[in-house]
Amino acid sequence: MTIALEEFARRIRLSSLDLCHRKRTSHIGGALSVADILAVLYGGIMHIAPDVVNDPARDRLFYSKGHACAALYAALDIRGFFPTGALQEGFAVDGSNFTSHVSHRLPGVELSTGSLGHALGVACGSALAGKRRNLPYSVFAVLSDGEMDEGSNWEAILFAAHNRLDNLIAIVDYNKVQSFGAVEAVMGLEPLAGKFRAFNWSVIELDGHELSILESALSAAKVSRQGRPHCIIAHTVKGKGVSFMEGQLAWHYKFPSDADLHAARVELGQL
Amino acid sequence: MRNTFINTLCELAAARDDIFLLCGDLGYSVLEIFADRFPKRFLNVGIAEQNMTQVAVGLAREGYNVFTYSIGNFSTLRAMEQIRHDVCYHEASVKLVIVGAGFAYGPQGVSHHTTEDIAMLRAIPNMTVCAPADPVEARAAARFMASYRGPGYVRINKSGEASIHDPAISLNFAPGRLLPVQAGNDVAILATGAIVAHALLEVRAAGKSWSVYSIPFVGGYDPVQLREIAQAHGLLVTLEEHQLNGGFGSSIVESLSDMYAVGSLAIMPRVKRIAIPNCFISTAGSQDYLRATAGLTLASVQS
Repeated sequence: MTIALEEFARRIRLSSLDLCHRKRTSHIGGALSVADILAVLYGGIMHIAPDVVNDPARDRLFYSKGHACAALYAALDIRGFFPTGALQEGFAVDGSNFTSHVSHRLPGVELSTGSLGHALGVACGSALAGKRRNLPYSVFAVLSDGEMDEGSNWEAILFAAHNRLDNLIAIVDYNKVQSFGAVEAVMGLEPLAGKFRAFNWSVIELDGHELSILESALSAAKVSRQGRPHCIIAHTVKGKGVSFMEGQLAWHYKFPSDADLHAARVELGQL
Repeated sequence: MRNTFINTLCELAAARDDIFLLCGDLGYSVLEIFADRFPKRFLNVGIAEQNMTQVAVGLAREGYNVFTYSIGNFSTLRAMEQIRHDVCYHEASVKLVIVGAGFAYGPQGVSHHTTEDIAMLRAIPNMTVCAPADPVEARAAARFMASYRGPGYVRINKSGEASIHDPAISLNFAPGRLLPVQAGNDVAILATGAIVAHALLEVRAAGKSWSVYSIPFVGGYDPVQLREIAQAHGLLVTLEEHQLNGGFGSSIVESLSDMYAVGSLAIMPRVKRIAIPNCFISTAGSQDYLRATAGLTLASVQS
C-alpha cells in the first residue's frame, strides 16, 4: 500500500459520490464525513491483508454506520478486496451482494449493519475473545453520532470499560447532523467526551479531517494497552469535501444529480 | 432441568474448549459450577441482554460456541433484533438458553411469563428452537447444542421436573423427530416442553389408551413420521405452554397442511390445538394453577 492518505481519502470520496449518483442512493453526507477516518484506518493503521481476508491475526473493523456503506465499500475496493469493477457494476444492483447497507457477504466486511447500535457490542465480543486468548489484534468500531441515542451502545460502553477492553478503539464520526436535524437539536450528546470519560474510557477529541492527527492518534491508541478502551471523538463535517453538501441535512437523503456529480468532481480535482 | 443442562454443559466444556457461557446477571446457585471450573470461558455481562447477545456474536465470530443464559422474556423480547440480525442473519454459533418457559415463574407475574417466544423465534430463519420436556431431554439438548454450529434456542422450564423418558433408553433426539412417550390409539397427544409430563399424567389418570409424543424441536418435522402418526389416529391434539397464535400447535398444523396441499396426505387430519387462548393471565398463581386457568388441560378432548 503506497497510496498517500490524502489521495486515498480523495478516492473514497469520488467513488462514494459516483456510487450514490449511479444508483440514486442516500447517505452521501455521512460517507463524505467518514472518508478521512477510513482512509487512515485502511491506509496503514489496520493490519489487514486482502488476499487472506479472514486471517486470524488481522485487525477487525466493525462499521456501525451501515447506511454510509459507499465509503466503506470504496475503501475496501481501493485496498483490493473486490475484483476490479465489481463494486461499480454491482452496487445496489439486482442480485448482487452490494446492498446499500453494508453486508458481511462481501470480503473484508466483518458485520452486516444498517440497524444502528449493533456493531459496538459485537466488537466488544471480538475484543473480549482477543483478551481471553492473549491475541494481539486490535478491534475498531466506527460509530455515527446519531446512533449514540441507542441504549445498546451504552450497554456496550459500560461493558467495554468494566472488562478492560484496551484492544478496542471506538471512533465516533461526529458530523453533528442526524436524520431529522442537528444532533444537538434532536438529542444532545454533549458533553460526549465527558460521558465516555465518566464511563472509564480513554478519550481523545480531534479534527476528523486532519489526516496526520488522525493517524498519530490511532497509532497511539492501538499500542496503548493500559486497561481502558479507547474512544476517538472525530469532529467532522457532514458532506466534507464538497462545498454545497457540507453541513446540509438534505445530503442525508438526496443523491447527486449529474450536475452535482460534475461539480463535486471539479471540487475534488478529478476534472 | 436447568441444573441438568448446566451440569451437562460443564461436562461438555471439559472436553471442548470452544464452549463459552455468558449470563445476564441471572443463574445464582445454578451457573457457579461452570464459572468456577471455566473462568476464562464465563462472563456475567450484567443486566443488559441486547449487549449480551451482541457480545455473544462477537465471541462466536472468533470461533467460540457461545451459550447465553437468562430468563425467557429478557433474552428474547429485549434483544429480538440482535437475535434476528446479529445471531441468525450471521449464522452465529450462539445458543440462547432460557429458564422460566411458559408459566414456570407462575406467581411472579406476566413480566416473567415466557409465552410468545416460540412464535417469535420460529419465524426467524436459521434459528433452531428446542423445548426439552424433562431432564433426559435437557441433557440431550445440551449435547446437541454443544456440537451444533449455528443459532439455537433452548427453552427450559425450571427445576425439579420428573423424567418422562427412561434415561437408560437412548432417544432419537434430533430436529424433526417426534419422540414417543406412550403408545396408544385413537388420539395422539403432541406436546412440547415440560407440559408433556402434565399431559402424560392426565392421560394416565383418565385411563385413556392415547398416544403421547414429546416434540422437543419445533418445526421442520420428519414428514414420514408425522404422516404415520396422523394416519394412525383419528384426532391429533397439540399442547403447549405458549400462546395459541403462531406457536407449536400452529407449526404442526402448517406442516400437515403443507403435506396435504402437495398430496402427501390424502386426508387433512383433525387437529385440536390446546394453548393459552391469546391472553395474558394476570392473576398470581402456581404454574399448575395458571396452566389450569389458561385451559391447558386435556379435559375437553373426546376420542
